Amino acid sequence: MKEITLPLTDEIIDTLHAGDSVLLTGTLITGRDAAHKRLYELAQKKENLPVDINGEVIYYVGPSPAKPNYTVGSAGPTSSYRMDKYTPTLLDMGLKGMIGKGARSQAVIDAMVKNHCVYFAAIGGAAALIAKSIKAEEILCYEDLGTEAIRRYTVEKFPCIVVIDSMGNNIYKTEPLKYRTMRNS
Amino acid sequence: MNIRIINAQEITQTVKKLFMDCNFFIGTDITDALQNAWQKEQSPVGKQVLSQLLENNEIAKNEQLPLCQDTGMSVLFVEYGDKVVIDGGNFKDAVEEGVRQAYCDGYLRKSVVSDPVFDRINTKDNTPAVIHTDIVAGDTIKFTVGGKGFGSENMSAIKMLTPSYGEQGVIDFILETVEKAGPNPCPPMVVGVGIGGTFEQCALLAKKATFRPINTSNPDSRYAQMENHLLQEINKMGFGPAGLGGNSTALGVNIETYPTHIAGMPVAVNICCHCARHKTAII
Repeated sequence: MKEITLPLTDEIIDTLHAGDSVLLTGTLITGRDAAHKRLYELAQKKENLPVDINGEVIYYVGPSPAKPNYTVGSAGPTSSYRMDKYTPTLLDMGLKGMIGKGARSQAVIDAMVKNHCVYFAAIGGAAALIAKSIKAEEILCYEDLGTEAIRRYTVEKFPCIVVIDSMGNNIYKTEPLKYRTMRNS
Repeated sequence: MNIRIINAQEITQTVKKLFMDCNFFIGTDITDALQNAWQKEQSPVGKQVLSQLLENNEIAKNEQLPLCQDTGMSVLFVEYGDKVVIDGGNFKDAVEEGVRQAYCDGYLRKSVVSDPVFDRINTKDNTPAVIHTDIVAGDTIKFTVGGKGFGSENMSAIKMLTPSYGEQGVIDFILETVEKAGPNPCPPMVVGVGIGGTFEQCALLAKKATFRPINTSNPDSRYAQMENHLLQEINKMGFGPAGLGGNSTALGVNIETYPTHIAGMPVAVNICCHCARHKTAII
């Protein structure tokens, strides 16, 4: 298990290869569908974003509310493909990493290679477990979106897997083939 | 005629408890299937994912935390006894209040928006619920409820097959739908299948199928055999836990059927993640 400190640098990204299990420690931002739509629309209009995404890792999550005496509620990843429409623009603006679950479009993978970025998967449905590695949270903007607001999380040993690396290697494509025993249809 | 009076408050309390319980406590059918999958899984990463899911479910149970942050859109199947009269309110309001209280008092995520296309404003209490009511003979109300997450819901599909497609056509469409879903719906998944009825009835059957415990089989041996066959085929696809490769792509396949028209053979596939939450109560 590689221990990685956030934010990512280009040097760290070079060491990350598809298939690596990693533990992330440091800070990241969160955002999902509605926040992506807003950021994208601002970017289209060449307006400033309310949060500086340059060099950041974004975690696709809409947490459940925190119970009393808890820092966060359950906080597992949401499906990443819904962000695909907006992602290449954000990567061109300096976003360095994404954490989510599930497949990405070719356009996203191309933009990742072009901009030297990495895509991690967190384990979908392991939300109560993942919450244990989130040590602090702060709302940065879009509070009106409730669970979809952009937050800053401080994480400690957040377990993830590199699924698409900065070379475009993609274990969602390669690993299932090793276990596939059915005829190809 | 004997009627039975049920207080609206009792309905609210029952619905509230069901939604909180289903979001904190996964059924033993799922836990057993996850453990079984862990035994059989050949991929080291897959095995690691499965043990994380089992650990997650323990944490959720012990601390009463949502199993998944997506606590779902609230779906209820209600069998309403025709001898029941409600006092102190009406059925719909009592149910919605139960949902509201569960999601607010239980620290569950509010995931419902008011309008699907234009406003998309969060209703802030997870209402309205999706309520399917059958009027049945009797003096009780049976609730089967679940919080349906949309990561898997979005991977679902329906097709109006026609009779000449036959059994193979049904199997092909189900496998094709699962294949398209791939790593997205949080495998190992539960596949609910509806066959027959009309367009909307077929989709409803598929949802009902996801609410049936996965350690049960369709009572008709031909469909039970189809369930087993599909499960085996899906587990040969290789997606594995979290889609990272492996032999455990599905935990169960449930089929529900209904008579249909001479010209039709509709098939609906409702995909559910490994967090297949459902609870039942009778009042």
